[in-house]
Order: sequence, then C-alpha cells, then structure tokens
Amino acid sequence: MFIIKHKKIFITISAILVLMSLLSLAIFRLNIGIDFKGGALSEVTYTDARPTQEDLSKPLEDLALGSILLQPTEEKGYIVKSRSLDDSEHALLLKTLSVDGKSTLTEINYNSIGPSVGRELTRKAIIAIILISLAIICFIAFAFRKVAEPVSSWRYGLIAIVTLLHDVIIPVGIFVVLSRVYGVEVDTLFVVAVLTILGLSVSDTIVIFDRIRENLKEQAENSKFNFSEVVGRSLEQSFVRSICTSLTVMLVLLALIFFGPDSTKYFAIMLTAGMFFGTYSSIFVASPLLVWAEEWQIARKK
Amino acid sequence: MWKNLRKIILALVVLALGVGVAFFVFKTEPRLNKSFETEKAFFKKFPFRLGLDLSGGSHLVYKADVSAVPAGQVNESMDALRDVIERRINIFGISEPVVQIQHGSFVSGGEEQLIVDLPGITDIKEAVKMIGDTPILEFKVEGEGNEPKAVKLDKDGKIDLGSIDLSKNFVATELTGRYLKKASLEFNPNNREPSVKLLFDEKGTELFAKITKENVGKQVAIYLDGAIISSPNVNEEITGGEAVISGGFTPDEAKILVGRLNSGALPVPVTLVSTQTIGAILGNNAINAGVKAAIIGFILVGLFLTLWYRLPGFVATVSLSIFVFIILALFKLLPVTLTAAGIAGFIISMGIAVDANVLVFERIKEEMRAGRTIVDAMKLGFSRAWFSIRDSNISNIITALILFWFGTALIKGFALTLGMGVVVSMFSAIIVTRVFLSVFTLLPEGKVTRFLFGSGISK
Repeated sequence: MFIIKHKKIFITISAILVLMSLLSLAIFRLNIGIDFKGGALSEVTYTDARPTQEDLSKPLEDLALGSILLQPTEEKGYIVKSRSLDDSEHALLLKTLSVDGKSTLTEINYNSIGPSVGRELTRKAIIAIILISLAIICFIAFAFRKVAEPVSSWRYGLIAIVTLLHDVIIPVGIFVVLSRVYGVEVDTLFVVAVLTILGLSVSDTIVIFDRIRENLKEQAENSKFNFSEVVGRSLEQSFVRSICTSLTVMLVLLALIFFGPDSTKYFAIMLTAGMFFGTYSSIFVASPLLVWAEEWQIARKK
Repeated sequence: MWKNLRKIILALVVLALGVGVAFFVFKTEPRLNKSFETEKAFFKKFPFRLGLDLSGGSHLVYKADVSAVPAGQVNESMDALRDVIERRINIFGISEPVVQIQHGSFVSGGEEQLIVDLPGITDIKEAVKMIGDTPILEFKVEGEGNEPKAVKLDKDGKIDLGSIDLSKNFVATELTGRYLKKASLEFNPNNREPSVKLLFDEKGTELFAKITKENVGKQVAIYLDGAIISSPNVNEEITGGEAVISGGFTPDEAKILVGRLNSGALPVPVTLVSTQTIGAILGNNAINAGVKAAIIGFILVGLFLTLWYRLPGFVATVSLSIFVFIILALFKLLPVTLTAAGIAGFIISMGIAVDANVLVFERIKEEMRAGRTIVDAMKLGFSRAWFSIRDSNISNIITALILFWFGTALIKGFALTLGMGVVVSMFSAIIVTRVFLSVFTLLPEGKVTRFLFGSGISK
C-alpha cells in the first residue's frame, strides 16, 4: 500500500500544515468578534449615494463613542463597529451616519452586546469545548477498550486524539488567514464549527481503526504476519467508503458555501475544511502513525 | 410468492406514507401552495416558524437585578417578571413574541436574564419603550397648608408660569397602582367619551375609603407617570373600591393605559444589556439562499449516489427525499424555530443522512465480490454495516446534545436540526432504503442486475 510505504511524506505534509496553522494563529491571533467581546455592530444602506468615509470619520470621532470602525459594504452601505451602545448613543450614531438627515438610510441590521453577555458566552463556549472534548475522549476510550496486539490499545486512542487535533487546528489556521484577508471575526458559529468538526471527524478515524483490528484478529493465528501489510490492506478496504461518506457531506457544504446565506458562509467553509482534513487524516495520517508506533515499539524492544 | 407480494405491498405502503408527508408539507406551505389562501383552516395551522434572523425583528436581553430578592424567591420573581413583560408585549398585538428566562448558573455566570424576541419589530426604540415603560399610578390629596403660592413676576410684569409648582399642592398617599386589582375601559353613555375604571384590591379599597372620607369636599389628584391626569372633587366617602378616571383620553390612549395598568409594575428592576435588530430584507435573502443551497445540495448528493451506486444509489435518493419531507414536516409540527444556522444544520444532515447508505452499499459490493448472490449480499451488507453506522452517528449525536445544551438560540437551532437529521436519517437510510431495495431483489439475477447493484467506475 503506497500510503504506508510513503508514510513519512504524508506525516510530514500534515506536520507542516499544522505548524503553519499554529504559526499563523500565533502571529495574526484570532480576531474576536462582538459575540464574545461585547460591542455594537450596525449595518446601514443608503437610499441614494452613500457619503464617503472621509466625510463620516470626523463627525463620528466627535461623538466620543470610543473607536468606531467603518467598513464599506458591497452596495451602498456601511458596517459600523463600536463599543456597545445604549439607546440614545445608537440614535446619535444613526443621525451622524445620515449626515444629520441629509442622506436617507435604513438600518438593516443592528446588534449591541453588553460586555457581561459576551463574557457569559465566552464562558459557555469554553465549557462546551471542554465537555465535547471529554465526551469524545470517552467515546474513543470506549471504542478501543478491547486490547489489541501488537500495538497496545491506548495508542490507538492517543493517535485518534492526535489526528482529531490535526483536523481542528488546520481549519482554525485557514480561518485565521481568512479573517486576516476578509476581516472575518470569531463568532458563535466559529465555536460551533470547531465542535462539529470534532464530532464529524472522529468517527472516520474510528471506522478505519476498527477495520484494522478486525483484520488483525483474523491474522491472530498466523504468527508471521506483517503489521504494516495488514494496515495497508485495511486501508485499501475502507478508503473508498471513507472518501464517499465525507464526499456527500462536502457536497452539501459546498452548496451551502456558494449558494447559502451569507451568515453561514464562513461556518460552511470551516466545516468543509474540517471534513476534508478529517478524511485526509484518517487515511493518510492515522494509519501511518499507527505503523510508525509499531515500528518504534519493536525498535525499543531490541 | 406471498413473501414477494408482501415485499411489494410494504414498499408501496412506505412510498404512500412518504407521499402523504410530502403532500402535507406542500399543502401547509404558502410558498409552495398557490391556493393556500383558500385551504382549510387545518392546513394553515402549520407554517414554518422562523427565527428572528430570518423573519426580521428585535432580540433584547435584559439583566434582572435580583439582589434585593431573598435567595429562595428568585425563581418566583423571575417568573412574575416574565409574566408582566409578556402581558405588556401582548397589548401591542405582536405575533408570536418569545419571552424567556435565562437563570444564572455556573455555566452562564451569575446573572438572571430575560430574553425577549419580537418578530417583525425593527424599530428597536419603540420595542424597548413598550417593554420598559412602567406606568406609575399615584393618588394624592391636597396638602395641609394649601396656601396661596408665591408667584414670581417676570420683567414684563406678567406672572411667570414656570415658577408655579402646582404639584406641591398635593401630597402623596399610600394608595398607588400596587393596590390595583383591575383596570377596565368604559365609555360614558352620554358623550361616548372613554374613561378608565379602576377596581382596587382589599387593601386598596380600604385606603381609598379612608382617603375619600378624610377629603370630602376637597380634590383628590390622580397621577400617571408623575403627571396629573385628573383631579376630581370628592363628594362622599367611597367604600366600593372603584374609581373612574376621565382624563380626556382618546379611545386608543385609554385602551393602552388600561393594558399597561393591568400588566402591573415590574417585580424586579431590569436593565437592557444586549439588543439586536435584523431587517426583514436581510432575513428574506437568507431564506432564499438557504432554500437554494438545500435544493442544490440535494441534487448534488442525489447525482453522486445515482452515478456511483447506480440502482441502490437511486433508491437511496428516493429515501433521502422522504427523509427531507419527514424532517420538514417535523419542523412544522413540533414546531422548530428555524434560523440560518438551523437551515445549515438541516442541509448538513442531508449529507450525513446518506452516510449510512454509503456504508451499506460498500459492504454489499464487498459481499458481492466475495461471490454472494444479490439477496445474500444485501442481507449481510445491512447487518454488517450496522455497527459502523451506529459508531459514526454516536459522535454526531453527542456533539448535537452538548451544543443544544450550550445553546443560545442560534446554536440550539443548529444543534436541533442536525440532531433531528441524524436520528431520522438512521430510519430513512436503513429501513426505508431496505424496504425499497428488497423489491428490486425480486428481479432475476443476471449480468444486468449485478451491474445495477454494482458501484463505482468498475464493472
């Protein structure tokens, strides 16, 4: 099986991608949105031509509402970001944006989140991430509870967790780059995407590992079997299925990216990346790592 | 023979049920049913329930200050708060407002919150006003020394009206809106002028009797929100616990006042911590985009299944459409509040729904390669793939459950539609597909049928 033969190449590719993702995360940082930070976001469109950014920036500054970020939208509008506003401040902001009523505008979206609400959501998100990770680790432990030779059971679990991290870190890295280029912010859906990837990608790895152990059991009487050959054969038997199950999910995700609502676009991109790398890792990373672990075990025994 | 007939009948029954569900979805959906307006009332009862991000509207989060409430009574006072705010909103006749309590907990932090969703209301100022306004009703009596007021003269020698503080004429009594049992709208039979009739509770009746007794021949002033609205002369002691305010209202004003008085004062003070308004256009665009993505996603999956898995793939596509209609019917019946994220969850669940089919078909292919007949391969395929199907769905269900629990409305919508999709798909992908496929196994086995049951690019 060529995947096992060239395992070093695939493992290296993955390692590089993970490193790059971590690096971009360290350099660019996650761009935390108002869902978590608190703040206000207002999206307005003008009936006629919109005032230029220069015209608006000075009066906006004079409002003394802290720093106000003005982003032009595709059509005749702006997205305005600021700290969270109360009613009168919000009214003042709209008045300024309309140049004291000279340019008529409609506010199509307004969102103001108090800092306490943001803190609450952050706390919830962290707890959800911890809980789902724990649940998945329990699930993995349960799936690999039976002892398997020659690689001990806990190594399967450990490798499953390593590939799971791989599946999450790379989409996060992609998101960081996207957020750098398009100014996307980390919102609630980002957290949901990360958690859904955890759920979606773990099963793929487990299905392949199950196949490996099934084949190992059949080989148990044959004392001279070759571990990497068994892994290779298991991969051959299951990779079409693995790709096909992911492909159906990726097809609907692609439809969601290209035709779906704007609000779920980046969510769908992250999930697609998660699905893709989840499938990639269960075929090209998890099993090679398993063979590697076995070789390393033998080398240590000698 | 009987066995074969039973297979066909079963398949027809399942198909008929599927068509029935589809018929229900079409009939109850104004966007699909052109003669929706003339349908029976039954079919109009099940519209899709749209979340705020799709219907447009306002989402308000209030923080309730319960520091003054004894620890054991926090839940009660939050319930009372919800009821009051619900009543206030209902006066304005908004369709399907949602008022929810979110209790403080370890997870959410210590704050007691009240979440208010107002579909269709995009004027946030008005929304905030209608919820936050507390009508303060007070009864005041003439002060002891009701002496002539000092009046300032301005430069021109005229009386400066601004300098007269009329309110000082009256002193507060114990009687306030707190002791109100009920307010109702009345019309004067002579001139059709609206007035507001107040009915006091026991304590209020007592207080009102005392006030009227002590002030016979004097004025009693009725204040609303700090402004005097009526100051009738007291002719005699009133013991019946009833008072009438005729303050020259318009009928609408009187009606709103009655509603506000009946809804009562807030049991705990609240502050607005978060607001969100979504314009209707944005929501409408999101719906159209979501529907488009769902249809295209369905077509892509159907094409892939049919091209790759041939006959079983086509059958799986038919099952998938039954899955779609079952889910849509459930959305209507439960009902599930649909958000953009919820639609995304539904679309993704279509992809996950056919996972089970893929697992089964790959297994069938394997068994056929091992030389088994189509009938045997199918039996083994379904039974052997079950464990993989179970395993791959468990992790998704775990995620959906935790997300649902974690949830703000946005996430709950996603978790719910995804979770429902995963559960229903286990039924549609396994049972429905199997029932349909078993009919095709009645075909005589030969090259053609083996090709039809094969898969991939190979023969």
